Amino acid sequence: MQIKVNGVERSFDGDPDLPLLWYLRDVLGLTGTKFGCGMALCGSCTVHQDGKAVRSCVTKVSATAGKEITTIEGISGNGLHVVQQKWIEYNVPQCGYCQPGQIMQAISLLKEKPKPSDEDIEAGMSGNICRCGTYQRIRAAIKAAAGESA
Amino acid sequence: MSHNILNVSRRGFLQGLVSTGALVLSVRLVPEALWAADTYAGSHADRATLHPSVFVGIDTDGTVYLVAARSEMGTSSRTTVPLILADELDADWKRVKIEQAIGDPRYGDQDTDGSHSVRDGFVTMREAGATARLMLTQAAAQKWGVPVSECESDLHVIVHRPSKRRAGYGELASAAAKLPVPKKEDLQFKPKSAWRYIGKGAKSYDLANLCTGKAGYGMDAHLDGMVYASIEHPPVLGGTVKSYDEKAPLQVRGVKQTIPIKPFTPPHHFQPLGGVAVIADNTWAAFQGRKKLNVSWVNGANAGYNSDPYKKELQETARKPGKVARNIGDVDAVFAKGGKIVEAEYYVPHLAHAPMEPPAALADYRDGKVTVWTCTQSPQAVQETVGEVLGIPKENVTCHVTLLGGGFGRKSKPDYAAEAAVLSKATGRPVKVVWSREDDIKFGYYHAVAAMYMKAALDEKGMPAAWLQRSVFPPIGSTFALNTTYGDGGDLGQGWTDLPFDLPNHRVENGPAENHVRIGWFRSVANIYHGFAAQSFANELAHASGRDSVEYLLQLIGPPRIVDVKASAPDYDNYGGSTTEYPLDTARMRRVVELAAEKAGWGKRTLGKGSGLGIAAHRSFLTYVATVVEVEVDDKGEVKIPSVHTAVDAGVVVNPEATRSQFEGAAVFGTSIVRSGAITAKDGVIEQSNFDDYPVARMNDAPYKTTVHIVDSDAPPAGVGEPGVPPFAPAVCNAIFAATGKRIRELPLSKNSTTA
Repeated sequence: MQIKVNGVERSFDGDPDLPLLWYLRDVLGLTGTKFGCGMALCGSCTVHQDGKAVRSCVTKVSATAGKEITTIEGISGNGLHVVQQKWIEYNVPQCGYCQPGQIMQAISLLKEKPKPSDEDIEAGMSGNICRCGTYQRIRAAIKAAAGESA
Repeated sequence: MSHNILNVSRRGFLQGLVSTGALVLSVRLVPEALWAADTYAGSHADRATLHPSVFVGIDTDGTVYLVAARSEMGTSSRTTVPLILADELDADWKRVKIEQAIGDPRYGDQDTDGSHSVRDGFVTMREAGATARLMLTQAAAQKWGVPVSECESDLHVIVHRPSKRRAGYGELASAAAKLPVPKKEDLQFKPKSAWRYIGKGAKSYDLANLCTGKAGYGMDAHLDGMVYASIEHPPVLGGTVKSYDEKAPLQVRGVKQTIPIKPFTPPHHFQPLGGVAVIADNTWAAFQGRKKLNVSWVNGANAGYNSDPYKKELQETARKPGKVARNIGDVDAVFAKGGKIVEAEYYVPHLAHAPMEPPAALADYRDGKVTVWTCTQSPQAVQETVGEVLGIPKENVTCHVTLLGGGFGRKSKPDYAAEAAVLSKATGRPVKVVWSREDDIKFGYYHAVAAMYMKAALDEKGMPAAWLQRSVFPPIGSTFALNTTYGDGGDLGQGWTDLPFDLPNHRVENGPAENHVRIGWFRSVANIYHGFAAQSFANELAHASGRDSVEYLLQLIGPPRIVDVKASAPDYDNYGGSTTEYPLDTARMRRVVELAAEKAGWGKRTLGKGSGLGIAAHRSFLTYVATVVEVEVDDKGEVKIPSVHTAVDAGVVVNPEATRSQFEGAAVFGTSIVRSGAITAKDGVIEQSNFDDYPVARMNDAPYKTTVHIVDSDAPPAGVGEPGVPPFAPAVCNAIFAATGKRIRELPLSKNSTTA
């Protein structure tokens, strides 16, 4: 089967049950996408499938045939995405491990809700756990990014 | 530096560097004996032209290499500690490259725990920086033929004041390297007014990499030819493998082999737990293979561990006299007189660290030597543990420290690195061990479960004439020595013997408890349950006396004074800090209480029905913290936390922004402890396994806004990573009491009804 990852066509003939997460990490070496729970409970593995956030730990590679997958490595094109810029400006990360997933989720949220309210942000982001507890900076960075992309 | 130290090219790169030969360096601050000639260290800092200390090297192009010897797990220590050196060196931060140290005793204590990286580094880093600056100044003076006293630094250059001549650090490095290292007494330190970075801080050195997926964690370590391992551990501590299916896992595509791992020899320390490893060519296949192992276990004595009866046992023990850890006056005599007596019992369950990155390690064993890449808080513990488990000298273990996806104390214990080393030796290939979330939750080094009993006799003004406090918990010492059932001076010095209250009759006790799981350090450690009991009880007494919580707390703390804890608690250790440098100063405790109360609008706000403010104050890791939490409790008992104000006196704060982040994070970490965190055992098996049954705070559970107020202080730097945690739970529970009249004496909240 064919799968497009960060704009590159790939052919896959591995175990059809292999989750996308492990294909990205162990096969393609795209380690920016993180393993946190394996059950879609924490959001660390969030990537985009056709521009929309999905949990790669419960998405089989075989289910992504013909779809376009974007990871944190492929989100910015040249330079940094505005969400990444705001993440840096607001000094969001502590350990940083969950942040690729947070950023991918936030970008997807802003696509759906360009001017998210606090409730929208809570609803959109509460599936992503940050054990360091950077939530208030995440909220501030998302609001700032919404302001800029307007 | 690129943190992609983890692929094979880097490995080759390092070997290449070592073989091309480092410059011969005559200038070193540490004893020659500690410079193992064959270490793998070979850092840029080591090889730089001017290398006056193990922590700094300056090259002729002016690049300053600073070594981060402590681990980065989100507290910013990898940035903040080198920043101190850069300040004293008067270096341009933009021209600094940070290199992560391997485990090596030359760097001294590398344990990143106990909130002491800045505290330990503050003097060492400034000495290293001042040494290098003085050598550069001397080199410039020599070059110009002028007295050293006429020269001074000015951001990466040395200036000759009278002639205004200038020479860059890079230009001076070679000449400076030929000079003898100055004596410590000849060093001149910058006055506070000249600090460039200390007190102003800097963003994380790795910030951009953290936001682009380029940052390298233990989970991301890679060597060509490596295989992946996942391990089925004995479900009960001390259990062993009776039998398992060697063949069935091989039916899983990608699975290569199964390998039994030797069980530990008690005490477990940091040894592997034992069990059976599945080796595969990707992580997921290894996980799948495990499901087919069908292991039959011999569970052993800990199979009798059940949390409910154990809790009752702890509570029973807490009601009986224990070992006295601190005594002032005679509480029994006062209690015997009768009068108004208040008693209360508190309980805090086991907790799991649950860092977002589960434990992971890559090891490559070749010819009696091992190289390990791992997310560890203690690379020297990796060397020691791997050395012991494999029976090789620890010098034959090289430990590269990756970034850590959270640590919280879990990654101080390198059992997973030892597993990788054992499996690499067994397979003859590099092996990456990956723990699943289930492994992380079920096989942790848990925060001790604890029961506390408190008793006070109140005088006619409502103040305690006598105060008795007793805690019972399976101690961390049980991880290192069998039959350890009492806490030591360190455990009890965490918010228990050092209770800074002005009490005429005061007794602190500790009762015995056996461990049946591995017990370990967990962010802020014993301060969690001790602080919960002490600060909840203080609030109960305020209420019993009909007094305002803040006013009462201040009176309990008493007048500004230095408390000599050791005089009445001989085993008190003050977090290893001297009591001259870091005395227990109630003036500082009072100040944070007053500041937090003022900023939160204590006594000045009108709160709606179901809303309340709660306060708690706690000194830990030599830092004074007071937290005021606002809660809103709805009709269903759902608790929201609209605001938190935390006042912090941590002495000199090097990196205020990182410090604020730590206290914001501590409020969220504290929220997890309050709301839902509980690890329990049934027949010795941990009942929780992932974020569904061991929930941690999400954005919708977390405080909406935490504001951190840092006290300007000239006191020596203290900790910031942990001290925000202990006052948080009691502040929330005190707020819930203010809002609803419900007193929470057992954590988490989910074990209580909070409906008004």
